[in-house]
Amino acid sequence: MSSGIKVRPRSGADPGAPAARETRVRGQLATRWHRDRVLLLLAIPGVVVLVVFHYLPLLGNVIAFQDYQPFLGISGSDFVGLSNFSVIFNGDPEFLNALVNTLIITMVQVLFVFPLPIALALVLNTMLNERAKRLTQSILYLPHFLSWVIVVALFQQMFGNGGMLNEWLRSADLGTFQIIGVPELFKLLITSQVIWKDTGWSTIIFLAALSKVDLNLYEAAAIDRAGPLRQLWHVTLPAIRPVIVLLLILRLGDSLTVGFEQILLQQGPVGAQASEVLDTYVYNNGIIGGNWGVSAAVGLVKGVVGVVLVLGANRLAHAMGERGVYSK
Amino acid sequence: MTGLLETTAERRARRNRQPAPNDRPAWMGRQPRWATAARGVLLTAACLAVIVPFVAVVMTSLAPQRDISARGGLVLFTSEPSLAAYRAVLSGGVVTRALTVSVAVTAIGTLLSLACTIMLAYALSRPGSLMHKPILLMTLFTLLFNPGMIPMYLIVKQLGLIDNLAALILPVVVNAFNVIVMRSFFLELPDELTESAKLDGAGELRILTFIVLPLSKAVVAVVGLFYAVAYWNAFFSALLYLPSPEKWPLQLVLRTFVVNQTPLGTDELSASTESLPPQASIQMAILVMSVIPILIIYPFIQKHFSKGLLIGAVKG
Repeated sequence: MSSGIKVRPRSGADPGAPAARETRVRGQLATRWHRDRVLLLLAIPGVVVLVVFHYLPLLGNVIAFQDYQPFLGISGSDFVGLSNFSVIFNGDPEFLNALVNTLIITMVQVLFVFPLPIALALVLNTMLNERAKRLTQSILYLPHFLSWVIVVALFQQMFGNGGMLNEWLRSADLGTFQIIGVPELFKLLITSQVIWKDTGWSTIIFLAALSKVDLNLYEAAAIDRAGPLRQLWHVTLPAIRPVIVLLLILRLGDSLTVGFEQILLQQGPVGAQASEVLDTYVYNNGIIGGNWGVSAAVGLVKGVVGVVLVLGANRLAHAMGERGVYSK
Repeated sequence: MTGLLETTAERRARRNRQPAPNDRPAWMGRQPRWATAARGVLLTAACLAVIVPFVAVVMTSLAPQRDISARGGLVLFTSEPSLAAYRAVLSGGVVTRALTVSVAVTAIGTLLSLACTIMLAYALSRPGSLMHKPILLMTLFTLLFNPGMIPMYLIVKQLGLIDNLAALILPVVVNAFNVIVMRSFFLELPDELTESAKLDGAGELRILTFIVLPLSKAVVAVVGLFYAVAYWNAFFSALLYLPSPEKWPLQLVLRTFVVNQTPLGTDELSASTESLPPQASIQMAILVMSVIPILIIYPFIQKHFSKGLLIGAVKG
């Protein structure tokens, strides 16, 4: 091995360079290993974190098949086959309630929350005053960066019983309007919170897609006497369709994941019947209630269903001639 | 004239600007007046919906008891603002301690995350290198599958991180999405730059620190913001992994004393015996302090959003 100074230029060299060609006889792998060792070293910390905190927990899912006892650990607990999954297949009422709530919330959000950023992006896109547009964007992006704790606190202060809205109504002798802590309105409440927090931020990707639309298409449409609405329908929407489909697929993949932190924070006053979703079920039943195996089973099924949904939706998109999340 | 005086940054900004209104074809500028008016009303209402709660919260945190009891809950305007609530909250005690924890976790976490993400993204941005494909696939796969809360908790417990502040950082040090965004940005940089540096004898580390990173400030800023916000906002991981209240970050304190409305007394505030500021002001002061860091950083980084993030995001 020569001194470090002489090695350095060689490590950066191209595989076709003389230094590398010499060693090709000895085997390509060794050469490439030598050439890329710095890159591999750079990747190590990230790879280790991903393995420890994403792949090892996947193995940890074996406790879904065990009668897991915390003091015995994974290796000491007995295997019980699929009995943990019986709550799912026998339709345990608490589990069913969580599942139904999750599905309702997902449906409401796909139908009502998903189209909003598209509409907002279309409105923003018609703004011609660049400065006003940027200011509006800055303001509307902001709530995305607030934590759910902050958003929930803000909503309580604005709409709670002693909040701003009700104080106004009271001082105007209009009675009060209860929205927080009412089970029937819970889904409405969390949906409006999601809208407030993320509608602005979600426009960012649609705006990017809109900025790439060829202006000549509009000109051609205008020459063909297409009014603003026809231009919207025949030029703008087709242009951003791939992005819409992509985001819809990703959203569908998250069908069983709805606002965990948000819901957990507000469960107290409304009770489990109205507010329990799969994630809160796993937390309340598993970590708080100590039903480790059952909760892990629910979590595992939820994860698998999520992957199946993404892959399925993506296949559907391919069948309909879209690009989807990844190309074939 | 202006062309001669503009700085490099201005010139660059001018070149990168989206087509300005006057660059657009004339026929695009025409919009019916009612449409402009409707849009104005709609967007103003949306902006007010974001701004009004903040104003109310800040004003309440500054208001004296008289204003608060006159208005009941939040006040939109106070004639005699006072910082008493902030003094009480920052005088030591629960909130001060939580603030320290949050600042430390955010600072250390963000630096660690950026370092790991930059290194991994750079390694993945050199196509054809050894193990490039499997590592990329491995990273992408983590986006698809969430390992689940319970196994995650068990791993953290197994590693002895329960009740340790490192539990807030280590599991989320590397976020695959951020790696992909940064990698896409690195891939956009012209190959000639790195090639010529290689011919001059620079190793990978040198290329990364002296050529790639200085050109990638936008993406580093945006990804850094994402990480910082995630650490600052972390609530559930703290709830899960930190049983002892003295280690709580600000978000958990916020939940306990603002969302759950537990009153704060002299014990929690470690204030002297002087009369406490109104409870509502104290609560809103905690809320304001949990928002302020984001409000401070946000304007500086916001301008990089389109450039830093979209390259990665739109390409998917």
